[in-house]
Amino acid sequence: MLYREAGQFRATYAEDQQIFPLRQDRIGVAALLVFAFVVIPLVGDQYWLSAILTPFLIFALAALGLNILTGYAGQLSLGTAAFMAVGAFATYNFVLRVPGIPILVAFVLAGICAALVGIAFGLPSLRIKGFYLAVATLAAQFFVLWAIQRIGWITNYSASGVITAQNYSILGIPIDTPVSKYVLTLSIVTVLALLAKNLARSETGRAFMAVRDMDVAASVIGIPLMRTKLLAFAISSFYCGVAGALYAYTYLGTVEPEAFNLDLSFRILFMIIIGGVGSVLGSFLGAAFIVLLPIVLNYVVPPVSEATGIEISHAIISNLELMIFGGLIIFFLIVEPHGLARLWQIGKEKLRLWPFPH
Amino acid sequence: MRPSKYLAAGVALAAALVAGGALAQAKEQFVPANGYWVGPYAPGGSGFFGGMLDYFLLLNERDGGINGVKLTWEKCETEYNNARGVECYERSKNKGPTGATVVHPLSTGITYSLIDKASADKIPLISMGYGRTDAADGRVFPYVFPLITTYWSQNTAKIKFIGMREGGMDKLKGKKIVNLYHDSAYGKETIPVLDVQAKKYGFQVTHIPVPHPGNEQQSQWLQIRQIRPDWVILRGWGVMNPTAIKAAQRVGFPRNKMLGVWWSGAEEDVIPAGDAAKGYIAAGFNLPGTSFPVVQGILKEVYGKGKGEMEDRSRIGSIYYTRGLVAGIVTAEAIRTAQERFGKGKPITGEQMRWGIENLNIDEKRLKELGAVGLMQPLKVSCMDHEGGGAVKFLQWDGAKWNVITDWIASDQSIVRPMIEESAAKYAKEKGITPRDCKS
Repeated sequence: MLYREAGQFRATYAEDQQIFPLRQDRIGVAALLVFAFVVIPLVGDQYWLSAILTPFLIFALAALGLNILTGYAGQLSLGTAAFMAVGAFATYNFVLRVPGIPILVAFVLAGICAALVGIAFGLPSLRIKGFYLAVATLAAQFFVLWAIQRIGWITNYSASGVITAQNYSILGIPIDTPVSKYVLTLSIVTVLALLAKNLARSETGRAFMAVRDMDVAASVIGIPLMRTKLLAFAISSFYCGVAGALYAYTYLGTVEPEAFNLDLSFRILFMIIIGGVGSVLGSFLGAAFIVLLPIVLNYVVPPVSEATGIEISHAIISNLELMIFGGLIIFFLIVEPHGLARLWQIGKEKLRLWPFPH
Repeated sequence: MRPSKYLAAGVALAAALVAGGALAQAKEQFVPANGYWVGPYAPGGSGFFGGMLDYFLLLNERDGGINGVKLTWEKCETEYNNARGVECYERSKNKGPTGATVVHPLSTGITYSLIDKASADKIPLISMGYGRTDAADGRVFPYVFPLITTYWSQNTAKIKFIGMREGGMDKLKGKKIVNLYHDSAYGKETIPVLDVQAKKYGFQVTHIPVPHPGNEQQSQWLQIRQIRPDWVILRGWGVMNPTAIKAAQRVGFPRNKMLGVWWSGAEEDVIPAGDAAKGYIAAGFNLPGTSFPVVQGILKEVYGKGKGEMEDRSRIGSIYYTRGLVAGIVTAEAIRTAQERFGKGKPITGEQMRWGIENLNIDEKRLKELGAVGLMQPLKVSCMDHEGGGAVKFLQWDGAKWNVITDWIASDQSIVRPMIEESAAKYAKEKGITPRDCKS
């Protein structure tokens, strides 16, 4: 009853083509942004801001990057963590070696570095597809980490290979509290997410989807395959690179190359599988799910175990988490390949008809 | 008085009562147990935290806490994963009446991730025998304590030990040593200090990395066979250790020329290797065994009452377990020291705990009172020196148990300390930290 488009007329092309055509959606998104930008920094405590919300946003950004490549352009990649590593270590080097560089410029340059690496490892995608491409991107995963660990220059000859994020400020405001780090992460993620949403409905985005659905057909109708695929790799890696930079600079503060291992790549892949392949919203839902599930389990299981009298050690909780992940991934692959985002969409469609479903 | 005033007075009274009650209950000292009980490194995590928490249980059961302040804790599973470690830290830091007293991350990676955060929150980090070596410079790292021995210190002790075995430090000239290391921040820590010593004593050192987790070492041992080294230093962790020992047997490298770091020197590292491990030598800053009075006390007061952390009783007295005991002793003694300064019988804050650790002095007499003579070395920490001990003993596996084969071998601080100060100064410059003045 509340959620319907009756009575909303679009008189111009601009109105018809806006990102959120429904007024209710616009209000909802605006409310969400106000909540995230104003309410959360005011009421959120340090634990929520720095241990849950900031990593959630960063993983959502990385998942978004992978989603552009895998969900929209149909190129499977297992090198997400490597592109994040490029972003993190490139930012460190830009800040270290270019005195006085603004941090946002460093983030963008780091993203571009990651994009270049992404293009290089995207080249095999011109000849191979599917599983074989996944294996080729696996090479990126191992090669990048190997290079970071072996080339001392990248870590400024740190004995242990660990880098520590320098202190930084934006417009003279030092970014050193959980709130400021959260707001910085949120701003970057919001801008990039809106850009991604826009990209998906642009000519480029449509070209991505055409390549995904059938690349021969796409090339027949005049979409340059090489350019489109490499562009997908570049944009995706750019997103991942920025996510990696944020991982180092607003979340952990210190990173070792080992933090960006294959496990992380898989986790991000699981995020888009559970959240929804080929959906911006899905990246966020998937990241929220994977970041929050272990924490929720840790809060929920002990009271349950006390109430029922069954002793559940916290080692079992950790294993439970793996079981739930595994089960859900199989569930979503079989029952709902478009993930949580599709469930949300179905919910919205039902809501449009409610309460008169006929 | 109007009714609303009665009400206000009543509320105030109730509030005072509640607050008073909270204060009365608050004679507790919260120490988070952020460790790992699952995953590939679970033997280390469960043994270490088992020992530490058993010691806390002993204090609570036998003495009613420290001067009447009971120790409390909560377990949080980090899975040896940095992001999870940070989450656990953030979750635990405000628990208990005074917040987290001190954190034992038991992971070099997590220690690195927490240095900034803990320093800002004024919560001391104890990284006992792991973590960032240059944090031993307390001027730059006021809240980080790589207590007892750092990786660099133990490494100089190892070279001393090799020198002893070869018949003098001058005999090291021309010898070949291979450093087989776990390819991670942890594994790479000792490369610079080995290079410096190689130059000083004139031996050749080859660094060979083993990728995580380390159950594939064919090519590395092939390389070792070609080099034909006199000694192999094993800097492994978890499954990498038994694999290396078995691989050494396969290529015919004598195990009594293999020297492990303390994270390669527990029962869990040699038993899976079976007979291959006979003769293998490892460094240790804590000794195994159940004959120490403190372990006997735990068996009687804790396990005798049906409590205790270890499900498998046979692991009590193992290397990881007694290492946890040492951590428990150090933590409790630092709390005691801080209480003597800031008020006996009162919970202390993280900042006061830092003072407590920095003024910690566990001498032979105190060790005897604690029932821990021989379990650990005497420890004296200061503002300058956040390490305190620095000596190690060497243990040899005879196929059934670890035998101590040396006395405490002191490390060579003339090599280590300048490197620590140089590295700490570099860190201070990068982060814009002004080092404290330790004289005041």
